[in-house]
Amino acid sequence: MSVASLLAAADTVPAPDVEWSALSPFLVVVVGACLLLPIAGLLPRRTRVAWSALFTIAVALGAIGASAWVWHDLSRVGPTERTTVAGAYAVDKFSLFLIVVICVGVILATLLTEGYLRREDLPGAEAYLLYLASASGAIIMVTAADLIVLFIGLEVLSIAAYVLAGLHRRRLRSGEAALKYFVLGGFSSAFFLYGVALIYGATGTTNLVGIAEYLATHRLLDEGLLLAGIGLLIVGFAFKVGGVPFHVWTPDVYQGSPSPVVAFMASVVKAAAFAGMLRVVVVALSTHRLDWQPILYAIAVLSMIVGAVLAVVQSDVKRMLAYSSINHAGFMLAAVSTGADEGIAAVLFYLAAYTVLIGGTFGIVTLFGRRGDGHHDIDDYRGLARREPFLALALTIFLLAQAGTPLTAGFLAKFYVIQAVVDAGSWWLGLVAMLAATISAFLYLRIVLTMYAGVTDADVEVAEPTAEPVRRIHVPLGAKVAIAAALVLTIAIGVVPDPLTHASRTARPELVAPGD
Amino acid sequence: MIVGAVSAHLYLSLSALLFGLGAIGVMVRRNPLVMFMSIELMLNAVNLTFVTFARELDDLAGQVVVLFVLVVAAAEVVVGLGIIVSVLRQRPGATADDASLLRG
Amino acid sequence: MLELTWLIPALPLAGFVVLLVAGRRLGEPLAGWLATAAVGGSFVATAVVFLGLVAEPAAERRFGQVLFEWVPAGGFSVDLGFLVDPLSVAMCLFVTFCATLIHLYAIGYMHGDPNFTKFFVYLNLFVFSMLMLVLGDNMLVTFLGWEGVGACSYFLISFWHTSDANASAGKKAFVTNRVGDWGYMVAMFLTFTALGSIRYVDIADGAAGLTATTATAVALLLLVGAAGKSAQIPLFVWLPDAMAGPTPVSALIHAATMVTSGVYLFTRMNGVVAAAHPWVSTVIAVIGVATALVAASIAVAQNDIKKVLAYSTISQLGYMFLAIGSGAYVAAIFHMITHAFFKALLFLGAGSVIHGMADEQDMRRMGALRKLMPVTAVTYIVGWLAIAGVPPFSGFWSKDEILLFAWEKSPVLWFVGLVTALLTAFYMSRQVFLTFFGEARWDEPLEDAVPELAVERGLLPYEGENEIDDDIEQVYELDHLPHGVGPKEAIHPHESPWLMTLPLVVLAVMAAVSEIIQLPVTNTTKYLEHWLYPVVEQGEHHLTASTATKWGLAVVAIVAGAVGILGAASIYLKRRLDEQPAAPEVLRNGWYYDSGLAAFMGGPGRAAFEAVAWFDRTIIDGAVNGVATVVRVASGGLQRTQTGFVRAYAGIVTAGAVLVVFVLILRGVVL
Repeated sequence: MSVASLLAAADTVPAPDVEWSALSPFLVVVVGACLLLPIAGLLPRRTRVAWSALFTIAVALGAIGASAWVWHDLSRVGPTERTTVAGAYAVDKFSLFLIVVICVGVILATLLTEGYLRREDLPGAEAYLLYLASASGAIIMVTAADLIVLFIGLEVLSIAAYVLAGLHRRRLRSGEAALKYFVLGGFSSAFFLYGVALIYGATGTTNLVGIAEYLATHRLLDEGLLLAGIGLLIVGFAFKVGGVPFHVWTPDVYQGSPSPVVAFMASVVKAAAFAGMLRVVVVALSTHRLDWQPILYAIAVLSMIVGAVLAVVQSDVKRMLAYSSINHAGFMLAAVSTGADEGIAAVLFYLAAYTVLIGGTFGIVTLFGRRGDGHHDIDDYRGLARREPFLALALTIFLLAQAGTPLTAGFLAKFYVIQAVVDAGSWWLGLVAMLAATISAFLYLRIVLTMYAGVTDADVEVAEPTAEPVRRIHVPLGAKVAIAAALVLTIAIGVVPDPLTHASRTARPELVAPGD
Repeated sequence: MIVGAVSAHLYLSLSALLFGLGAIGVMVRRNPLVMFMSIELMLNAVNLTFVTFARELDDLAGQVVVLFVLVVAAAEVVVGLGIIVSVLRQRPGATADDASLLRG
Repeated sequence: MLELTWLIPALPLAGFVVLLVAGRRLGEPLAGWLATAAVGGSFVATAVVFLGLVAEPAAERRFGQVLFEWVPAGGFSVDLGFLVDPLSVAMCLFVTFCATLIHLYAIGYMHGDPNFTKFFVYLNLFVFSMLMLVLGDNMLVTFLGWEGVGACSYFLISFWHTSDANASAGKKAFVTNRVGDWGYMVAMFLTFTALGSIRYVDIADGAAGLTATTATAVALLLLVGAAGKSAQIPLFVWLPDAMAGPTPVSALIHAATMVTSGVYLFTRMNGVVAAAHPWVSTVIAVIGVATALVAASIAVAQNDIKKVLAYSTISQLGYMFLAIGSGAYVAAIFHMITHAFFKALLFLGAGSVIHGMADEQDMRRMGALRKLMPVTAVTYIVGWLAIAGVPPFSGFWSKDEILLFAWEKSPVLWFVGLVTALLTAFYMSRQVFLTFFGEARWDEPLEDAVPELAVERGLLPYEGENEIDDDIEQVYELDHLPHGVGPKEAIHPHESPWLMTLPLVVLAVMAAVSEIIQLPVTNTTKYLEHWLYPVVEQGEHHLTASTATKWGLAVVAIVAGAVGILGAASIYLKRRLDEQPAAPEVLRNGWYYDSGLAAFMGGPGRAAFEAVAWFDRTIIDGAVNGVATVVRVASGGLQRTQTGFVRAYAGIVTAGAVLVVFVLILRGVVL
């Protein structure tokens, strides 16, 4: 056989058609992560300028830019979606929307982490590398059009997140959080993977388009396999978003992990898991809506109520916020359970708003934790409004927004969810959602009240000259930028929600067969 | 052939059994390393399921999946061992139950 | 001129922003003046808009102004827009008018307070929210204002609280209001589902087409919302506690404006109530009249000058709900306006007294203040006559109109309303006599002047076996309020500065003459009715009573008021003040009920009122606190599952997974 014929044969090996431009947001993040490793290695251990953090932010901004470019491209070309890499990767406005959300989450977390690492005297770079790695996993998840790709994304996302939870090596609790997250995360991944296997067995494919087509055209002799598979997939997703009763890890991990990392987990990990849930369960398995709907309904109700009720009685602020995140997950699950386009739009809006809120909230919580990241008991927040009026005011706004106060991002997020639920005819779910919102308002209020307890202007004037035993909190530049940005976005989304609403409504997940 | 006579159902049942054993292992064992091994057992049980289905459906994709899963499991091993070692270094001889500062 | 509508809320908002940014630098009293100017400007803008609306023909008095599309939401969208119609303009007029006067008053009242500017920041924000509530052209904008006024009320209640234990009053307001908000939210979504819109214009047009069931559900949910905001049974517990806030706040928020928003809401949605099952309006009327009666009877047993007014406010709000339930929307708004004037006047007067009495709020420590505080006393007396239903003061006319409609609805409602009117006259007279007449009890140290009060406050050792435990408890609650307990040495009362008395005088004039907007003399003098009619025509009941009935009822009402006043006089005036010639001849001679009434009020009657007050404090407060307890207990059980052991968590996850798969297969395959 001549070399020429070998080459000719090589040409015939089917290689997937890759549309590189559509992959650009993902590539930016992955290449950025790979570059960060040598760059951080070349830098001295301590630098005045936080080059690693700046690089991470630049990468995330680059990915946002690339997403905007692809979004624009999609709008211009006409068909709103396309798949690349042999139908494994779906680029549509849904995935682009969530990539932007993920990158915003990365940027906020990075800004907060910089000051945190310096304060806690921890080495840098690893955290940023893990953020980017985890974010690349998240991006795979939101774009995956194949269950196996989705699983790989999930693992890339999670493995980096396990390490992030244990970032503070000297703190016992950080290690415990990492251990728990890891064991339970691996455990739930196994359930998820088993679900994938069962669906593969039932439909003969792991590709979402293939599954949807198969289910639309075939009547299964044995539904049991498929249904068990759907159930296990839901378990896997519900675990990642922290839906009751798969939420058990959330409070422990959120409380033990470094505060900026929690902001990352609560925003990026949740966004990715919800994306997977929407694309797989709501869209690809839409034929079995009547089967999965009651399950999600139940998880949503439990999450909203348990999250709200348990949050009220906590004494650790981070733990409180962890339960409140379970409550938020319940709201989003309620919207998911409608299975309607409105519900999907509501989830997307909620995720975007929540990323901003949680970034701001944990930004301030990070600062209030002080050195050692340990001052999170509710009593440590007493009278903070006197010593730190601006931070206390900002935290008040974030918490009120989380409670769903009008003219903030949080209000509309909850409003759209309830609207979608009511529109879908689930009155009871809507009632529970409103009730949960009412209960959870207590908890935010409790924190706010504690901060403002015992504060008058007179105290400020009297207390200032006498040396306060507790020093003023040093606010690093990164945290300032993050908190200010989150504040502006919180209010802006609340007052002028139109752009975000419009985007979230345009960004419907699509299923496209390869080669279309 | 004897192997050929074994129906797919038996393989599936075996893998379900292994999966269950792994899950029980996580729930009853105290040693973090053994818990971790139990999770690996669960993943491998799923691998068996994939291979069985791949053969049943005469579809190569199912076997390829196994390779992916193995890689993922290897990555988990690296990170998991790192976490376990770092926890054990702080508290030598700790069991999984000792890590219960965070609760409520 | 109507285009200026946006200025009405914009001016207080601008005031809020400026004060928030530069308030500290402006300092006292400039910040107060700025806030007052902002609200005053808002009043002027309202007046201009009002004139513009008057110029339109009656049928076309409906003007919408959309600022921008706020919430784009699929099939429908919600605008941030204003609806200018007779109702909203009428509301804005009295809200901004009262608010301006109260701002002015607050400059004097809050003089020297370390949080002077902060106070006006909140106050301006409150006025802005209230105007949004009233002006909003859809339920969501109203909800925005609804939440806003709640938040401001909440902050201002806690204004003087320095420890978080004392924030419990604010907390109670928060809890009950959240229950109300929940009702409002559900009502809003239900309206949206039924009508596809939450704009008031669409609701008014579409209400008639609603099924009775839907309309009933919406109306009942609105009732939950309105009962929370307007302090009706069973959600009224927060209002008396809210008196812990500064007095101008009590006057503005907890008497004149915010608490009436439930009444406004029902008037706005009268078409829905009309479309609901008839028993809904009966429920509203019964809740209203029951609230009126219960609150009035509690007021009789109060010693705190502000608490009397607080319960009185609840009682008067009950009248307004009675009016709504009887289909008397115009009368409800009429009473809301007159009540705003005379109750704001009374609160400000009480504030003036407290100010002059060095923060003493207990009426047992007062007496004979009319000579030292002449302006306050005279204006207070005007307010008293108005609320007691003495013609020709404004309260008589509005209350009389409500009772007339109640009579048509059911004589039982009318009778309970009449008893309430009698009680109202009684407790208000009691307050006036204790405060401004009788002997002075402030010119000696507390132990000598009012020993029983000194005992309650723990200044004197307690001797005797009377059960006053409850009172002690109550006083301990009071003790938390830095502005609630006066000094124990002698007090030297003085008249308040002109900044405080000027608003009193203006409000007194309004309390005396504001009935001219709706005089039932001839049909043409019912200006308010003609003005509001296009808005309320769906729900308004048309009177069928003959002129003779009207006169008869009015006379009975006057007699009831007179009985109340004379009863109070016989107990609190005659006994304490022999040289006082005010006790008329007839009373001394002929009225044999005199001694009987005194015995009743001092004995079993008093005990009954105390019992109602106790019930309110213990049972109803307990219910509110009980909600928190239930949450606590439930969460305690749930918390136990969070053991901290990874293995247990894995077990929970596994159990959940098995359950999910089991249910799915059971439903999908077996069933």
